[in-house]
Amino acid sequence: MSILVDEKSRVIIQGITGREGMARAQLMKDYGTNVVAGVTPGRGGQEVYGIPVFNSVEEAREKRGPIDISVIFIPAALVKNAALEAFAAGVKLLVIVPDRVPIYDVLDISRAAKAKGARFVGPNTLGLLSPGKAVLGMIGGRAQRAREWFRPGDLGVSSRSGGMTSAISYYLTRAGFGQSTIIHVGGDAVVGLSHPEVMELFESDDETKAVAMFGEIGTTQEERVADLIAAGKFTKPLIAFIGGKAAKSGTRFSHAGAIVEGSRGSYETKVQRLREVGVHVVDTIFDIPKKAKDILG
Amino acid sequence: MARLYEYQSKKLLKDGGVRVPEGEVVFSAAEARSVAEKIGKPVVLKIQVWLTGRAGLGGIQFAATPQEAEDKAARMLGMRVRNYVVDRLLVEEKLAIKAEYFAGLVIDDAQKCPLLVFSAVGGTGIEEIARRHPDKIATIPIDVGAGLPEFEARDLVRRAGLTGSVMIQLAELLVKLYNVARNKDARSAEINPLVLTADDLVYAVDCHLVIDDYAVFRHPELGIEVAREFDRPPTELEKIAYKVEERDHRGTFYFFQMTDRIPAEGTFIGFHGAGGGGSMMSMDAVLNRGFKLANYCDTSGNPPASKVYRAAKIILSQPGIRGYFASGSGVASQEQYHSARGLVKAFLEESLSVPAVIRLGGNFEEEAIRILAAYCRDLPAKVEGYGRDDAPETCAARLEALIRENKAVSHEVRPIPEFQPAAGAYAFGTLTGKLFIDHGLCAGCKSKGCIGACAPKILKLVGDKPVLAIAPEEAKKGKCTECLACEIFCRFHEQNAIAVHLPIPGLAEYRKKSLKERESD
Repeated sequence: MSILVDEKSRVIIQGITGREGMARAQLMKDYGTNVVAGVTPGRGGQEVYGIPVFNSVEEAREKRGPIDISVIFIPAALVKNAALEAFAAGVKLLVIVPDRVPIYDVLDISRAAKAKGARFVGPNTLGLLSPGKAVLGMIGGRAQRAREWFRPGDLGVSSRSGGMTSAISYYLTRAGFGQSTIIHVGGDAVVGLSHPEVMELFESDDETKAVAMFGEIGTTQEERVADLIAAGKFTKPLIAFIGGKAAKSGTRFSHAGAIVEGSRGSYETKVQRLREVGVHVVDTIFDIPKKAKDILG
Repeated sequence: MARLYEYQSKKLLKDGGVRVPEGEVVFSAAEARSVAEKIGKPVVLKIQVWLTGRAGLGGIQFAATPQEAEDKAARMLGMRVRNYVVDRLLVEEKLAIKAEYFAGLVIDDAQKCPLLVFSAVGGTGIEEIARRHPDKIATIPIDVGAGLPEFEARDLVRRAGLTGSVMIQLAELLVKLYNVARNKDARSAEINPLVLTADDLVYAVDCHLVIDDYAVFRHPELGIEVAREFDRPPTELEKIAYKVEERDHRGTFYFFQMTDRIPAEGTFIGFHGAGGGGSMMSMDAVLNRGFKLANYCDTSGNPPASKVYRAAKIILSQPGIRGYFASGSGVASQEQYHSARGLVKAFLEESLSVPAVIRLGGNFEEEAIRILAAYCRDLPAKVEGYGRDDAPETCAARLEALIRENKAVSHEVRPIPEFQPAAGAYAFGTLTGKLFIDHGLCAGCKSKGCIGACAPKILKLVGDKPVLAIAPEEAKKGKCTECLACEIFCRFHEQNAIAVHLPIPGLAEYRKKSLKERESD
């Protein structure tokens, strides 16, 4: 098992004819992702690495059948429209790779997703990968490398940094621990699936025995994971690293933020809350495989 | 997050129908006097800075007459507050205040919607007040599709304990506040204090909007120069860096200076991260070693070599750094040789005299490390490359040892010579620069290795001379990826006939100016 994607998931790529879209279409296809179509308005009829290109998501659905997932590689300013288009065609999971999507656009996408019973990863995400099954986005960069770095296994990985998603997973592989699914939840302040939502998915995945999480200062994601554990909704062993310990904490400018969140968001609060509920918080990411050994043997 | 000054925020509120005190921004004492005369009542003078707690700094003063306004303005302008000098004041009518409230809008990452906070108490120390009087605070999530209906705003105010006509006035204002925030893509919007005057009118007395960096492109009317999360106006070097980022959307480049003047004590280094999480982890590693950062820089998202080169040139425009530390996540998806080539070009041009430790783990790291080792060999200082199996802590320790070995020499910034291509050189434009090939030298070339080195395969031989195999417009539009492989190959293995000129607007002038300033010190 894995979460969100496996080798059978039917995937399309929006923006497949662009610089990144094209490069990552090759990665996904070579790795084994079931990419059934690409979409670029005005470029219908072309092919990219043997993947047929259509003018709209709806056209792709008409010609190729139901679509489970869309991976989006288009300029940030156009992402909202592309996401709404995918939802309208019945797509239930989006992976929004681009950086710099305006925050109100993300809120609009989130509202539309809720209304349609759909979900999204990102924006500003490297994507996700279920080793040996499928990759969505650009994790690993090249298929050969992705096969070397990530191996099937029973550890879930969830990270707020793209590079660290790969790094933690690679260090786990090197220590002999494979992964069920590795996911970069995205680097922005508001993301579709955040750490707590990913933990719930890992909780219900039989194959995942434990999870490694890379958190960062800012937002309330890690605190909400602690809340989830306290409420008994996440029960598997969790190893966490929080980045930004020595970083100068930004001068908080928003009183409203402070009133609503209190001290949530700081390094100390995150570590303390996670430790209180029994999470194994480590001081360097190289301790993650060591801790995994202690837990899983 | 691009911050707006109080006077800019108030202008937007006013345009949105919110009542604000009458006033104007001024840049001189004489202007302060004339604005005070125009207002014709006692005024308040407020320094315009991106900080809270101005009253405690002497940044808010009252004046009963235009003369007093002029005198006080003369003292306030030029005040040094933390990192910068006050250059503008807001002069506005002084109100007779009966009560103070607070209103603020934030984006809630858990509920994924804007959250409006209203407090029936406001003014300085609002956070403390809020802790002591939770019953006076009410919040409401806003549905971005429907907006904020007036009845919800009224109920929000009622829940905070206010009723009657003031509730109705406040609710109207809250709806307008949300609309302004939404229309201007504000990530946060705050009115504190929000006041009720002696004649029972509601006014926004202080207001701060923070615009979403990613939406600044929709609002040219706001005149935001650098859309970054700074708590002070950008430095000259940051402005130069931002221009680079603005003109080249391949990958991202972020540059922030911790100090614009490096003191003699402490070991300051130039910091060059790759990717948010990896940068943060790497920064923790060097800070734990006792280094101080001159700057924080992050190039990520698959930037071309040219962008990494420009980032390095900007980092190396900071005199006094004792070393250069570059490190990312360690297992990057991008081909690492692009970054390696960008760094090599910059280090060679600067004839780097301080040690550099470069952790380039990820795809093709072996080649990246080999590029650094092969081409930085003859530099005055050592450059060492590391990969995914080397921890940032190990790399930070290496840098410490190299700096010690280098007798803590500090980096000297040199003027940038004017670029002079060889006379009659073959040339074509690239997305952000120009590539020159001195065909006169190509006769001596045996390998013609530039053709094979070219990553996008856009060069071909005509006779014994490399030329573009595609239309020049295509190269200019981005088919030439500015990977720098041809230039570096030709320089080290052949005739040094290729030069890629990658201008950084403003940098040469900046260096000239700062060199002159240092001389006169």
